[in-house]
Amino acid sequence: MSTAVENIPSQFEVLDTALESQMTLSMGPQHPSTHGVLRLDLRLDGELIIKAIPDIGYLHTGMEKLFEYKKYQQGIVITDRMDYLNPLGNNLAYVMAAEKLLQIEIPERAQTIRVLFCELQRIASHLVWLGTHALDIGAMSVFFYCFRHREKILNLIEAASGGRMTPSYFRIGGLMMDLPAGFDRRCKQFLDDFPEGLSTFDTLVTGNTLWQSRTRGIGVISAEDAIDWGLTGPCLRGSGVNLDVRRANPYTGYEAYDFEVPVEKDGDVWSRFKVRMREMAESHKICRQALERLKPGPIKADAPKVVLPDRDDMRKHMDSLIHHFLIVAEGFNVPPGEVYMPIEASKGELGVYMRSNGGPKPDRVHFRGPSFVNLQALPVMSEGEMVADVVAIIGSLDIVLGEIDR
Amino acid sequence: MADTAAVHQFVDKLKASNPAWVDEVIDSLGEVSIVVSRESIVDVCRTLKEDHNFDLLADLCGADRGPEEDPRFVVNYHLFSTKHFNRLRVKVRVSEDDAKIHTVSHIWRTADWHERETYDLFGVVFENHPDLRRILLPSDFDGHALRKDYPLRGYEPYSMN
Repeated sequence: MSTAVENIPSQFEVLDTALESQMTLSMGPQHPSTHGVLRLDLRLDGELIIKAIPDIGYLHTGMEKLFEYKKYQQGIVITDRMDYLNPLGNNLAYVMAAEKLLQIEIPERAQTIRVLFCELQRIASHLVWLGTHALDIGAMSVFFYCFRHREKILNLIEAASGGRMTPSYFRIGGLMMDLPAGFDRRCKQFLDDFPEGLSTFDTLVTGNTLWQSRTRGIGVISAEDAIDWGLTGPCLRGSGVNLDVRRANPYTGYEAYDFEVPVEKDGDVWSRFKVRMREMAESHKICRQALERLKPGPIKADAPKVVLPDRDDMRKHMDSLIHHFLIVAEGFNVPPGEVYMPIEASKGELGVYMRSNGGPKPDRVHFRGPSFVNLQALPVMSEGEMVADVVAIIGSLDIVLGEIDR
Repeated sequence: MADTAAVHQFVDKLKASNPAWVDEVIDSLGEVSIVVSRESIVDVCRTLKEDHNFDLLADLCGADRGPEEDPRFVVNYHLFSTKHFNRLRVKVRVSEDDAKIHTVSHIWRTADWHERETYDLFGVVFENHPDLRRILLPSDFDGHALRKDYPLRGYEPYSMN
């Protein structure tokens, strides 16, 4: 050793001896596999994880505070930005909470369109999950196949709402507007093409032995633990618990659709992967049924004080003009009360707690984000695994930091 | 509107096991809430989980009724059962001077982060919580952001020093 060693401060020597047995690795917040800005404090023994502590809050934007300062209809725009892979799911939970407080009935056609779009969005969300999950594990090309199909869904959402990532399509009392002409044909085209894409993903990933050896038996969580940690959605169903909010507490007419709830029992990364893959096929099935059921009819509830009138009505009727002015300028009063509205979003149970004390702005809006709760179980799944497996486990949880930090 | 008769059965059974536990039952908009005193929240939660199968704590969130109200804070526990699919809300009200509740994170481990969030944003302290730190806001943040008297834009621009 040369003289340079003598200049090193003593604290480095202390750290050096500690390194032989254990070390602390700060993974993130800019690590690509953490899907945003998640930081993990990993205590390692060699490559083995002894302890994992997630550190969140890097993307906190105070959305729940912001809701209290916005009128009910303005809040919809904020929800788009929470789970940005599943904005229509967020829209739905929020508007349904407000509708429950207001006690308004939504017409049949609007309900069917909501189901159709939620399922399209679920497929889109799962496609991003599959693409990035495969990318994290090392399969590059899957990503491009997934995004090609997701692009088609985003085009459909754009055609209906004008927005690709931030649609704000569902409004309190119905929809922003009716589907454009020719939408049925475009949607049908996508639904006809998609099964082929699904079998491509299967060929690329499912049968791949490398994929299986990276995912089987990794990040295991038992059914009891999964319930104890509050896991919902595909993460819970991957542990063998048959629970889907669409079945348990049906909403927007899901009880009338024929679909299966995929369940796998092993509780590892592979099981969660299989659940989501099968779920895409089920969502596809629901989309077809919804498209068949689409009958002409109103898309807005008969509640003139809440729902914005049609442009045409405003030119002809004085009262429509007045209602429009009042809704935009002052908002509408929501009767006092509190509701908790759970829906099955692509990542699990998305619950909205909304509390009103009578005014045009909510008193409190709380989002129970599935990613927030699912991420909490990461230490249980990853302790005892290798560092490289943490990447696979985060991928299998399908987290979106926008929803975790809010 | 959903039928709440099934949930009321659980509430009645709970009342039968200890009449002092349930202060008030609210049935509105198809949802059943019970108001529970701070002292009995742990016993109520344990009974609901172990005897009545409310095994999944779907959500735990705080709410501020405003600085002039007393008790000022409400903590809502949204319980769900993976066996009979019923939902029940348990409410605990605490005053500002003594905003403390015993943790339920030993009953449902998922309560851990929810309680940290409620502590972070409302300043409600959960006693015996294993790791009660701020979760969303930085550790040196001043105040509790979701309180009604906390201004929307904060007191001064926050700097990450």
